Amino acid sequence: MSDEIVREFLVEGNENLDTLDRELVQLEKDPQNRATLASVFRTIHTIKGTCGFLGFTKLEAVAHVGENLLSRLRDLELLLNPDITTALLRMVDAVRQMMQSIEAIGNEGERNDEALIKMLTRVQQGGSLEEAPAPASPSAAPSTPPAAPTKHAKSAPPTAEATVENKHAHAPNLAEALPQQDAAAAGDGAVNAKRKAKKDAKEAKVVPVEAEKVMHPEENEAPQPQAAKSAGAGEGASRGSVGDSSIRVDVVLLDKLMNLVGELVLARNQVLQFSNLAEDPAIVAPSQRLNLITTELQEGVMKTRMQPIGNIWSKFPRTVRDVAMTCGKQVRIEMFGQETELDKTIIEAIKDPLTHLVRNSVDHGIERPEARVAAGKHAEGCVTLRAYHEGGQVNIEISDDGAGLDQEKIRRKAVERGLLTAEKAAQLSEREILNLIFLPGFSTADKITNVSGRGVGMDVVKTNIEKIGGTVDVQSTPGVGTTVKTKIPLTLAIIPGLVVRSGDKRFVIPQVSLIELVRIDGDPTRTGIEMVHGVPVYRLRGRLLPLVYLNRELKIEESTTDGAGKQEGVNNMVVLQADGRQFGLIVDEIRDTEEIVVKPLDRRLKGLKTFAGATIMGDGMVALILDVLGLAQRASIISETHDREASGATVEGKEEGIEKQTFLVFAGPDDARMAVPLGALARLEVFPAALVEKSGTESVIQYRGKILPLVFLKAVMQERRYDERHLKALKAEAEAAADAIQVLVCNHEGHAVGLVVERIVDIIEDRADVKSAATRTGVQYAAVIQERVTEILNLEVILSSAPVVRQQVEEHVKVGD
Amino acid sequence: MANTQQFCTFYLENYFFGIELLNVQEVLLQLELTEVPLAPYAVRGLMNLRGQIVIAVDLRRQLGLLERPADKPAMNVIVRTGEDAVSLLVDEIGDVVEVGEDTFEPPPETLRGKVRSAILGVHKLEKQLMHVLDTERACTVEERPVVAPPEH
Repeated sequence: MSDEIVREFLVEGNENLDTLDRELVQLEKDPQNRATLASVFRTIHTIKGTCGFLGFTKLEAVAHVGENLLSRLRDLELLLNPDITTALLRMVDAVRQMMQSIEAIGNEGERNDEALIKMLTRVQQGGSLEEAPAPASPSAAPSTPPAAPTKHAKSAPPTAEATVENKHAHAPNLAEALPQQDAAAAGDGAVNAKRKAKKDAKEAKVVPVEAEKVMHPEENEAPQPQAAKSAGAGEGASRGSVGDSSIRVDVVLLDKLMNLVGELVLARNQVLQFSNLAEDPAIVAPSQRLNLITTELQEGVMKTRMQPIGNIWSKFPRTVRDVAMTCGKQVRIEMFGQETELDKTIIEAIKDPLTHLVRNSVDHGIERPEARVAAGKHAEGCVTLRAYHEGGQVNIEISDDGAGLDQEKIRRKAVERGLLTAEKAAQLSEREILNLIFLPGFSTADKITNVSGRGVGMDVVKTNIEKIGGTVDVQSTPGVGTTVKTKIPLTLAIIPGLVVRSGDKRFVIPQVSLIELVRIDGDPTRTGIEMVHGVPVYRLRGRLLPLVYLNRELKIEESTTDGAGKQEGVNNMVVLQADGRQFGLIVDEIRDTEEIVVKPLDRRLKGLKTFAGATIMGDGMVALILDVLGLAQRASIISETHDREASGATVEGKEEGIEKQTFLVFAGPDDARMAVPLGALARLEVFPAALVEKSGTESVIQYRGKILPLVFLKAVMQERRYDERHLKALKAEAEAAADAIQVLVCNHEGHAVGLVVERIVDIIEDRADVKSAATRTGVQYAAVIQERVTEILNLEVILSSAPVVRQQVEEHVKVGD
Repeated sequence: MANTQQFCTFYLENYFFGIELLNVQEVLLQLELTEVPLAPYAVRGLMNLRGQIVIAVDLRRQLGLLERPADKPAMNVIVRTGEDAVSLLVDEIGDVVEVGEDTFEPPPETLRGKVRSAILGVHKLEKQLMHVLDTERACTVEERPVVAPPEH
């Protein structure tokens, strides 16, 4: 990492030095040009700052005096004269030598810049180039490039003028004016004498140290051995020096190259498809070579634009520290996936939003040390940054282990601020509530509470991320922490994809979302596809995998030829991963993997979340790229509740976000394992069966001085599952039930309703892993709770589907009227 | 006729339409389309126009006209809107006509429906009326899939 920084410093420094040379000479012509002065000052200032940071103290010392001198010039306390220019150019030379030495041997080399520093200080104080008694030493001239002395002479008149002006401003300068001109004249004389020496030196091509020798003849002996060594090294490396080996290229040009390579890849695909059919080695061999070369070219061009995200993360430890200090918190930062590469333009675009999110996490997410200790956590909070590729996108997560967001407060605030109505707010899911913080106007609400402050500028973050086609999502668990997930698409990318067919349509699935391909064939009773109340699942190595039929999700008509094959014959399943969840996608045919160029969808189709883009296939036809995440969402694989990793592979480091829910697990009709969230229940009661009375046709029971209508789950749930005859038998069975009934007392539309279940099993806290969507009413989804498939009921639906409740509500309304 | 405008003309059902020639990039015979599932009703699919993926919008659907008979191939009028291109599917291509401002009239008040919002007005030509299509509007498809069949 630090090598990388040094390299960058050298590349940038060398560029800057070249600019400096040019600007200094330019300055000499126009000494009062403030813009140039400021630019020169900035350059030296940057060099000084960076080398101080990198620990190159000698370099820093030289740059420092140079900077002092320049700051006086910039503030017009001093006027540039040939002496100063010379001094500055010498300083530039010294800096350059040191940089070359750093490049060659890793440090500045053994050197003594006392004389140079003294000289710069002297000039800065208005003194002459050389120490007072010494007449212009011959070393003065050669140190400047050959061109400089000539200019030196030419610029003499204006310099003299300038010095005269200076006299009025600074009395001490008066004394210096004369010797300076002497020095200049003497310098001119020395030029001829020493020009030959300089030329020799140049011809010898011993760039760095030789020049130094000429510059400081008096110090010739001291640094000799080291100098020679570094000179040799410097020369050897000069061909491939970092400054020469990298160039800056306009990103627009890279974009163009990228597009061309994209087209080339398409052409290559077409050629390959053609040559695959051909037997002739005359075409097969060259097309294979074309294939290889194109692949390499493509990788190369891609790389030119890619930068590791660590580049922008590297300043976050400092940000975190600063913010933590100001808030009086203890926070450390952990980063995973720094090496994740992103397109340069995207890196630039997400820099500010990410910084904002990190600051937010520290400022509002993490509690004060006392609060943390009180909550049983370590006093030091932790902000975790994580970046990884998924589904052709780059995911960046910023999580903290703080107090989490308070949903109720967010809900209330949103209503208070008139962003949505109370009714609407009450209907929102947990996830939707949390995402309210991204609403403009929500954020700046009021900074008193921990929650509201959280949203400051979040709308801006969202806007900026969405501008580059990304998404932001927030997840939070009270007491455990908050995670902000951003997904950044790779719109400008060539990705490997799997081509599949559904009906008569081809689709491409980004390889990154792909886990495995499974071929389920044979006898339908033994295919492994099972139903959880009409919802297909597949047992893949003991785990329950929800299945999604691509043709059903996309409403594609089954092509006639495959219509039959689907039920009895072979099922092709593509196991996909989205948002940490796995599911099986059933397609009609799995074809080949192919490199595809992702082209963004037309903006008119942006509303289709199921497609990430389109591409042109080898045969010239357009194929759509599936957005695995969007597809999963459409198929309700990813539901509103927090989902957990189903696979062990990506579990690592994700513990902080785990959310457990408490379920009441009970046996439903037919001993089916069912559950409801405990929070939805008021009480659990056991009544003797004899207490059940009839009110009209419906069963009721007296409960706490009121009439509690009863809903027999058996009666509600079995309607769909059995035919009439079977149903009657079961009803009779239910009537003649055991001597006690188990009742879950729930609140439904303001009334207590009793739901009669077969047997209460347990209260279980679980993460409700492996979900699959339910198609029938009454069931919200099926989940694996304590390693068993359990149906999570939707009480709303069940209770309102029961006739008894409807009746009761109607009566109530009448009475009210 | 100081200010004349050139129009690329085409037919939809029996109606005669014109679209400003400056907006038209090219006219093509029917190209093979890739359907986009779940897409808005008027979007017939995507096509490969020399390496560029272009969306094809069926003007019959867009204007609430009857479906084009299956055996009748459509023509593509490729128009530029902003930075991207859109292919408008029409029945038949007519001539390029040059008209002056004097023949232009705004649409009659009684004209309603989708056509009303998509046309700027009509030019009274010798033989017939030319409906001047608003390019931008013609290329704008509703976000939500319109499943409903055409009006009337």
